[in-house]
Amino acid sequence: MDKRKTLTFALMDAPFESSRTATALRIIDCAVARGIDVNVFAYEGAVLLPFRHQQPHANMVHGRDVAEEDHPLPREWIAALIATAAEHGLRFDWVNCGLCVDERGAGDSIDGTRRGTPADFWKMASESDNVLVVPTA
Amino acid sequence: MKVLNIISSAYRAVSEEQDDTIVWLSHALHNAGADLAVLLSGSAVNYVLPAERSSPITIGGRAQRNAPDAHGEVRKLAEKVPVFVIREDLEMRGIAATPDEPFRAITRATLPAFLLSHDHVWHW
Repeated sequence: MDKRKTLTFALMDAPFESSRTATALRIIDCAVARGIDVNVFAYEGAVLLPFRHQQPHANMVHGRDVAEEDHPLPREWIAALIATAAEHGLRFDWVNCGLCVDERGAGDSIDGTRRGTPADFWKMASESDNVLVVPTA
Repeated sequence: MKVLNIISSAYRAVSEEQDDTIVWLSHALHNAGADLAVLLSGSAVNYVLPAERSSPITIGGRAQRNAPDAHGEVRKLAEKVPVFVIREDLEMRGIAATPDEPFRAITRATLPAFLLSHDHVWHW
């Protein structure tokens, strides 16, 4: 039987700024669906992707209340990925760059994510089958 | 005070925000009383295409119900404020050089005078 594969992703964009984030999360979703272990190193603004205090809102321009707008938050998508990986018995390791967290006061992240350093990224990359960097423009 | 919002980068964060953030901001500024016009340039000219579509996405088990409707939102905006489109940017992308009403095409040659006709030009 083939050894299970591992992919590492480095993300850099802050939430709600760029379409790269949604694209990266969709690729990660595909990886999890294919039974691949996933590591994510969130660098710079990306440490705010799993920030616990993101809140949905009503949208008067759209004419929808908070329930109708049903705004999907990055923290929810990440929590869903963590849960899906767990259901499939996969490893899903989300590491926030600690110094980037400190700069932004972004320490309160959702469960299943952790604080780390570029050394964690190096270790994850070294032990992966491949690495995809999704940088800011 | 007459303001021109220039949108030249399309589809930024549209899946996360469920709209284009500057189209949304233009709606909100208009609703707050701003005397506003919008210019679509670069990749943002694609918003005039009625066939432009996004589908809701699902990541993990979290499904989206409301996909962004960039064309619909910019069309609604164009019913309230003038929305201009750069003709050459349409042509370059193989989009009909004369967009449907209520959008208005302008050429690059007319841009200097067009920009000068506004008190503020905000390039997002």
